[in-house]
Amino acid sequence: MSAGPTTITPLATYRNESPYPFCPGCGHTVILNHLNEAFRLLDRDPREIVLVSDIGCAGLSDQYFATSAFHGLHGRSVTYACGIKLARPELDVLVVMGDGGTGIGGTHLINAARRNIGITVLVFNNLNFGMTGGQHSTTTPAGAVTSTTTAGNLERPLDVAATAAVNGAGYVYRGTSFDKDLPARIAEAVRAPGFAILDIWELCTAYYVRGNQFSRQALFATLDELGFATGVVRHEEVADYGAAYRAANPPRPDSPSLPPKGLEPRFAAALARRFELVVAGSAGQKVRTAVRLASEAAILSGLAASQRDDYPVTVQTGHSLSAQILSPEPIEYTGVETPDALLVLSTDGLKKVGRHLAAMGEDGRVFAVPELGELPTRAPVTPIDLSRAPGKLNRSLAALAAVLGALGLLPKEALEEAARLGPEEYRAGNLAAIAAGWSLASGL
Amino acid sequence: MRELTDGSTAIVRGALDAGCDFFAGYPITPASPILMMMMRELPRRGGMAIQGEDEIASIGMCIGATMSGARAMTATSGPGISLYSENIGLAIMGEVPLVIVDVQRMGPATGGATTTGQGDVQFVRWGTGGGYPIIALAPSSVPECYTLTMDAFDLAERFRCPVFLMTDKELNLTATTVEVDGWRAVPVRERPARAAGGDAPLPPYRYDPPADVPPLAHYGAGEVVRFTGSTHDERAFITKDRATVERLNRHLAAKIDDHGDEIERVTLDRQPGATTLWIAYGSTAGAMRAAAAAARATGRAVSTLTVQSLWPVPERAIREALAGIERVVVAELNHGQYRREVERVAAGRVAVSGLHRIDGELIAPEQFLEAAA
Repeated sequence: MSAGPTTITPLATYRNESPYPFCPGCGHTVILNHLNEAFRLLDRDPREIVLVSDIGCAGLSDQYFATSAFHGLHGRSVTYACGIKLARPELDVLVVMGDGGTGIGGTHLINAARRNIGITVLVFNNLNFGMTGGQHSTTTPAGAVTSTTTAGNLERPLDVAATAAVNGAGYVYRGTSFDKDLPARIAEAVRAPGFAILDIWELCTAYYVRGNQFSRQALFATLDELGFATGVVRHEEVADYGAAYRAANPPRPDSPSLPPKGLEPRFAAALARRFELVVAGSAGQKVRTAVRLASEAAILSGLAASQRDDYPVTVQTGHSLSAQILSPEPIEYTGVETPDALLVLSTDGLKKVGRHLAAMGEDGRVFAVPELGELPTRAPVTPIDLSRAPGKLNRSLAALAAVLGALGLLPKEALEEAARLGPEEYRAGNLAAIAAGWSLASGL
Repeated sequence: MRELTDGSTAIVRGALDAGCDFFAGYPITPASPILMMMMRELPRRGGMAIQGEDEIASIGMCIGATMSGARAMTATSGPGISLYSENIGLAIMGEVPLVIVDVQRMGPATGGATTTGQGDVQFVRWGTGGGYPIIALAPSSVPECYTLTMDAFDLAERFRCPVFLMTDKELNLTATTVEVDGWRAVPVRERPARAAGGDAPLPPYRYDPPADVPPLAHYGAGEVVRFTGSTHDERAFITKDRATVERLNRHLAAKIDDHGDEIERVTLDRQPGATTLWIAYGSTAGAMRAAAAAARATGRAVSTLTVQSLWPVPERAIREALAGIERVVVAELNHGQYRREVERVAAGRVAVSGLHRIDGELIAPEQFLEAAA
C-alpha cells in the first residue's frame, strides 16, 4: 500500500498506510491531505488528536489517519466531540462532517458555536448526499438538480458559516478545497480556543458535478451569486466553554454534597396506626412547606412520614396539594386512596379533592375554611376559622397545626422543634402559626 | 437519626459516591431534580454537568466524555428515552459504560408528565435497533435508589455497556422517611489499566472468548484510541468480514447473556406454605410488601418476589421462586409488560396473571389482597 505520491517519513505524517477510498476528482481527498498538512503544522502528538467523523463519505475519513478517532452516528458528531473536549480539554478534537450533518445535526452545530466549546468542525460541503445517491441537502443551491430535486431545488441553501458566526463562534472560515492556504487555516482554527468551523466547498464528481455540469468555476460563481462571504469570516478571542466553566465553578472539596438533614426522635406520638392526611390549598399558600414541617415533626416524634406533593406545571397558579402519611411502621406504600383526614384551604384545593370527599365515610374527618360552604361528603366537616388571625400569619401551617392537635397526631413540641430546625427567616413566623393553630385545636 | 428524602436525592448521592464526574441532561418532569442537583453538586467535586440543547446532545456528550475517561450519567423520562434511542445503540456497539436513569411517567408521547407509570420496561430492553441486550436495574425504595445507582455504575464498568436505572415519578418525587445510616454503599470497580501496547497500538476491542470484556480504552491516556459505531474489527476499523462480524455480534450478546448470575438482583420473601406468589418492581413493590404484611397479619400466606434487575430477566431466581407455587400475580403500572417475561419463565407450569393500573395512581395494597382472594 502507498501513503501517496510524496515520500515522507512516518513521523512526518498523521495518515496511516491505507489509501483513500474516494472517487476520482472528489474533493475529500484534497481536503484530507490539507488536514494532514495542518496536523504537521500543529506538530501535535497523534494520541492527543481525536478525529470525530460523522456519516457519509466524509464519515469514512478517520480510518485513514493514525490519530485517535471516534466514528459515531449521523449528525451527532458535534455532541460526541463536545463531550470528549469537555472531559479532557487538553485534547485537540476535530469533527469531519458532510453537508448532510449540518441538516440533521444543525441544532448541535448552533449550540456548540453559541457555547464556544473548543472543538474544530470541518464541513466537507459538496452540496449533496454523495454516499446515498446524490440527494439534495441543506446546502444544495436553489435550482440545482439532484436525485430528489429533479425539477430543480426549491430550497434556499443554509449559510453554514454565517449561522455559526452570528451565534458567536470564535473562528469561522469559508473556503474551498482549492484553497492553497487551507492547512494554515485549519491549524489556525484548531489553535483558536473557542468553537471553530470551516465550511469547505468542494466537488462531488459522482453526483453533483454530473447532474449540474458543475465545475470549479461554477462553484466560485455560485458562492458569488449567493453572496456568501469567503475567507476568515470571524476570528474573535473567546474563551473555550470548558475553561470558562472550570473558572466559574472552582472545586469545593470541603463542602459536603447533599448532607442529610438528620432528625433524632425525641418526642413521643400516640399514633398507633397508619394515618393519611391530605392538605388541599392554592399556590402561594405554603401548603408544601407546612406539610414538610409536619413531616419532620413526625420524624422527631418517632414516626415515619411520607409526603407527595401535587401542583400544576404552571407553579404559581391553581391548586397545591400535599398527601401526607404518618405511621409508626416504615411506609412502603406512599399512595393515598381514601384519606383519614382532609384539610381544605381554598377553592382551588377543593376542586382537586372530589374523589377523596366522595370516598370518605363517617369515620373520616374533614376540616375546611368556612367560606367553602357545604362540602359533598359523608364525613363530618369541621370549620377552621382563621379569619381573625393577623394578616401575615402562615394560615396553612396554623390550620394544619390545629388539625394535628385536634386529632392528637403529633405533640406541639415536635412541631415547634421542627420550626426551630428550619430556616431562620421563617422561624418566628412558623412558631407563631403553630401557636395560633394549636390554640384552636381543643375547640375542633 | 432519620431524614425525609426522596429517590432523586438518593440517586444523586449514589452517583456521586460511585465516582460519577460527568452528567448531561435535558429538563423533563419528573427527572429534572436529578439534573438540577447534578448541575449544583458535580462542579464542586471537580466534575462537570451540562444541560444539553436536547436529549440527543445530552447522551451524545455523555458518550464522548466517557471516551475521554469520565464516568457519566444522564437522566430523563420516557419521552427522553425515545430521543436517546440511537445513542443507546451506539453505546452498545461502541461498548461504552454509561448509566441512564429513566424516571418513568405515564405514556405514550407527552403522556402524563406528573403521573407515575412503569410503561418503559420493554422499551428500554428493545429501544434501539439490532436487539442486543442491555442491563436494567429497578430500585423499589428510596434507599435502594442509592445502592442500585452505585450498582449501575459498577455493572456499566464491568460489562462496558449502558445500564438503565428504572425508577418512576412516585419513587423519585415523593419524600419518605429513611434511616440516615441505612444507605448501603457497594464497591464500584476502578477502570482497569490497560497493558502497554508497545509500538503497535493495543486493540480497543476483543471478541474472544466471546463473554470476556476487555478494559475500556479512552483518549488522553497515552495511546491512540479508535472508536466506532459501525460493525468493526478489534482495532475499530469498519469490516464486512463475515467471521469478524459474527464474532463481534456474538460478543455483544454473550458478555451480558452469559453473566446473568452476576447481574441478578431480587428479594424473595418466601412464606412457608404459600402457594401464591406476587411479583413486582419499583414503587409497585412497596405496595406489594405492604399488602403481604397485611395478608400475613390475617393468617394468609403469600410469598413475594421484588425484582431489582429487570434485564436480563433473572430467570434462575424466578424459577426458584416458582417452586411450590400454584399461582403468580405480576403487578405493574402498565398493561402487563413484565408479565410476558414471567410467563415465558413459568412456561405454562404455573398460572400467571397480571394486576395492572394505568390511571396514574399506584396499585394499592387492597388491590393485591383482592387479586389474591
